This record gives sequence, C-alpha cells and structure tokens, in this order.
Amino acid sequence: MTTETPAPPATKLTWRQKLSRADMKATPYALVSPYFILFAIFGLFPMGYTLYASLHSWKLGNPDREFVGLKNYEFLLFDYERFNWSILNTLGMFIMATVPQIICALIVANALNKRLKRPMFWRMLVLAPIVTSVVAVGVIFARIWGQEYGMVNGFLDLIGMDKVDWQAGRFSSWLAISSMVDWRWMGYNALIFLAAMQTIPRNLYEAATVDGATSRQQFWKITIPQLKPVLIFTVFVSSVGGMTMFVEPMMFDSGRLLGGTDGQFQTTAMVLVDILRTHGNYGVSAAAGWLLFIVIGIVAAINFLVVNRIQGNK
Amino acid sequence: MSTATAPRPVPPATASPVKPTKPPRAKRRKAVESGEGVYAPTVMTRIGLVIVSVLSIFPLYWMIVIASTTTSNAAGFPPALLPGGNLGKNIQQALADPEANLLLGLGNSMIITGTVTFSVVLISTLGGFAFAKLKFRGSKVLMGTVLFSMMVPLQQLGIVPLYIVMVELQWLDTLQAVILPFLVNGFGIFMMRQYVEQAVPDEIIEAARIDGASTLGIWWRIVLPALRPAMVVLGLLTFMLNWNEFLWPFMVLSGENPTIQLAIRQLSTATWSADLSMIFTGTLISIIPIAILFVVFGRQIVGGIMEGSTK
Repeated sequence: MTTETPAPPATKLTWRQKLSRADMKATPYALVSPYFILFAIFGLFPMGYTLYASLHSWKLGNPDREFVGLKNYEFLLFDYERFNWSILNTLGMFIMATVPQIICALIVANALNKRLKRPMFWRMLVLAPIVTSVVAVGVIFARIWGQEYGMVNGFLDLIGMDKVDWQAGRFSSWLAISSMVDWRWMGYNALIFLAAMQTIPRNLYEAATVDGATSRQQFWKITIPQLKPVLIFTVFVSSVGGMTMFVEPMMFDSGRLLGGTDGQFQTTAMVLVDILRTHGNYGVSAAAGWLLFIVIGIVAAINFLVVNRIQGNK
Repeated sequence: MSTATAPRPVPPATASPVKPTKPPRAKRRKAVESGEGVYAPTVMTRIGLVIVSVLSIFPLYWMIVIASTTTSNAAGFPPALLPGGNLGKNIQQALADPEANLLLGLGNSMIITGTVTFSVVLISTLGGFAFAKLKFRGSKVLMGTVLFSMMVPLQQLGIVPLYIVMVELQWLDTLQAVILPFLVNGFGIFMMRQYVEQAVPDEIIEAARIDGASTLGIWWRIVLPALRPAMVVLGLLTFMLNWNEFLWPFMVLSGENPTIQLAIRQLSTATWSADLSMIFTGTLISIIPIAILFVVFGRQIVGGIMEGSTK
C-alpha cells in the first residue's frame, strides 16, 4: 500500500502527458479528416467509378451491366456525330469567350490601376455582373440577341442592316453565347489582374521612364511579363470553365439540351447531360465524361505553352 | 487580418509622397512626371471606364426595366428603356404562380446554400489551421491533394457516378442529394491556410500550449476569433457560388421541388414563356439576395477576390 501511494500522482501525470501527446499527434488528422472523408466520397470515388461505368453497357432501370471494353468510347467518337461536333462547338465558344475577355480585362485592370478617385466604386461597378447567376445571364442575353424583338437586331435594323437569326448559324450563335461569358467574367478577371499589377514594384516604372520608355512600352515590357503567373492561372481557370460550358448555351435555347435545330451550339457537357438524364445511359455518359476530361487536359496544356511562349518573345 | 485587406485599395494615395523632389531642369521634370504618368488617369482611361461600367450595368438595369413593365410594352421595338410602374404587381404575380414554384425555389436555395456555406467555412477553418500551424506526418502530401482537387474539374467527371448513387439511394428530388457533394471545397482550405499563417503568430499558440490548452481549444479561442474577417469573405464567395449553382441541382431535382435557378429555367421554358415581363421578374427575384450581399459587403467581396489571387 505504501509503495503504491506515490504511484497515483505519477500515473496521473503521465496520463495527462499522454493525453497531450495524443492531442498533438492525433488532433491534426482529426481536423483535416472532414475534408478528406467528404472529398474521398464525393471526389475520388466518383472518378474511379466513372472509369468503371464507362467500360460497361449499363442503363438506368437495368441492373444487368455487361463489360464492353472501349465500345462506349468508340460509339461516341465514331458513331454519334453530335459528340465530335460538340467538342468543336465547345472549343469555338471557349476561344471566342476567353480571348477577348482576357484582353479587355487587362486593359480595364490597367485603367483601374491608375490614380482614380473612389477606386472601390469603379471596382464594384466593373464586378457588378457577378451578382447575376448564369441562368439569369442566359435569360437576359437570349432576349438581347433575340430574332424578333432583340436589341441587337433592333439596332441593326436602325442602321439599315438585315436582321440576323443569331440562333440559326454556328458562328452567330457562338458569338451570342460567348458574349454572356465575356460579360459575366470580364470584371472578375480584371480585379485579379489589378491585384497582381499592384504588387509590381513602382521603381521598375520609374527607372523605365528615366530611360525614356513610353507608357505603351512599359505596359508591354514591364506589366505583362510581371503578370505571367496570374495570366497562366487565369487562362487555366478559364479553360476549365469554358470547356465545361453548359448553362449559357442551354438557356440560349430556352432551357433545352440539344443546342439548336442542328446542335450548332451544343457543348460536350450538354451532350453528357442529355445522354445521362434524357436517355439514362450510364455507360456512354461516363465515357463522355472521361473524354471531356482528357480534352480539358489537352486544352489546358496547350494554353499553358502558348501563354509561356508569348511571354518569352516580349 | 483586417490589416491585410485594408491597405490594399490605397496605393494610388501612397503614390504621391513617393514623388521625387523637383528636378531642376524643366525637361527632366517633364520626363519624371510622365513616369508618374503610368498611374495618372488620362481622358481615355476615364471614357473607357465609363463605357465598361455602362456595359456591365446595362443588362442588369434592363432586367429591372422589363420586370417593371407589362409584356406588351416589353416586346415592342424600340424596347422599353425606362422602368414602368408594374414591379410590385409583377412580383406578386410571379410569386403566386403555382407552376413556377418561385417561393419554394427561394426557400430550397436558402437551405441548400446556407448549409453548404456553414459547412465549407467550418471545415476550412479546421483544415486551414491544421495545415498552417500543426506539424503532422504527411501534411505536405495531403495539402498537395487539396491543391490538386482545386485544379481538377471533378464535377464534370463525377456527375455520372454521383447521379447513379443518388438514383440507387432513391435520393432524387431530395435536398440532401444537392447538399452533400458540395460540403467541402479545396479553395476554402487553401485560403484559410494562408490567412492563419499571417494572422496567428506561432508564439501565441506556444503560449497557449504551455498554459495547457488543447489543440481544439486553441482553434476555438485563438484561431477562430482571428479568422473572423476571412470567414466572412469565404462565406460570401461560397454563398454566391452555390446560390448560382445549376448543373448538379438540375440533375437531381425535379420541377416540383426546384432551387431558385431551376425555377427560373422553368419559367422560361414553360408554355407561357411569351410572358417576358414574368420571366424577367422571376430572374430579378433570383438575384435580389446576392445583390443585397453585394451592396452591403461589396468591399469585402472585392477585397476577397483580389486577396485570393495574389497568393
């Protein structure tokens, strides 16, 4: 008994120490676990499961699934014409939506970077389109580009030109749809460029001025190269966003998934959703998902190389 | 943390003290002034900014115009350019329409967006704190996974299997099917990690440990209060993003139980879609919550977007 009396405080101390050590070791994992558990369920698992589904003939309401290898991919690439066209449509709209948008955003950011009164006021004005949802943009712009009473056609009529059925043609519909993307995201990207411009050291410009460089030269030789990392980031985000375009073209056709009479503005995401929701074909839509993923990867890689290159020449 | 957002907008003001002392010769002086000129707004700058602002506001303004007039006015050309007096009546009519389900959509969107925002902010502060201040094995690899998850468009790839799962669970047309896949967000973890690193000095955490505080206690009593401004920004961005989410709700919900975005789509596909002012009224209603947030917290939203990009 007497030998045991000093023991309890000792074990009590180690128990506390153990607890605190356990706290130091285990709690970090506990803190990050909610993210990783949910990410595993809703991010990683679907990725693998899509691969599995894409290799099977599998439809809604039919529990039998048969392994068919790459048949679903073959079907999309060689038999289902809409799919290849949709990739072209998506690429076309992505380019028309991204290139002018980034150029405008750079110019606007450069303007916002000047010594303005009430800078926050201008920034909020430029950012205002972000309050609309994509669906709302679709609703509004579908009317602006409308054939009968649309504002653009009204204007064309006013200056004596023929009205255009913007939905009918491939190029004209792309133009209308990319205007939605341009309008909604230009200000957002301008703010991102502005933030990066503000981190450029002022003495670079001062030195350039002493050397006699004009504003234009300074913009191209100092501002643009300094923005390289942000440009790469923005182009990447725009590639992913543009290549998964869905709501704008859908709303341009009053909420339908077929992208116009001949699918002239049907994007790959619309094809995927159409196969999945309208036809309930799990296997083929999963294959479409993977093909889209691969295309996005290729586009992102090409964009990276292009942005890197332009920088190198300047 | 407010120190990180506050000084950002003012560089134009700090520019003037930097102005070099007046050079003696007139020629030099002109040159130096034009160096400042990189930051001096020209007439073109002002005109350009005004044009851009008009372009970004006009569609929003036009939406209000159409939403406040009658359909017969909205359809003609030249289109109505001034607001009419029918806004109140149109809103009442749109909300009361049994087919559009606008009120139900608003309620559903509130529940979904509120839950998702709360979860993303909470989980991001936990994870961000751990990645910024705690040492644990594998933290670099795990953080790399977070960054990877930010870059990859999992949504497009994951939509097929997630849909299959929801069908199997018979969760179609339920709100949990919409909420669950969005409860975490890699960007949130990343953003909170950056803020914790700046806002919470290591010494304070050490001191708290010596006083016997547990890790969770440190998170609750030191990290969370310091993170409040960042939580507001992340909450705002998450709310806006999820309020506007369309694709996934479209997959799992029906027109009977829509989010507000689905209700708007229904408005414009319905057989009576000719009623332009009704469609625009519905669209206006769907934007109001975000517009209020934007007016009240615009400064934080602008700051959050700009802060997030330079890190």
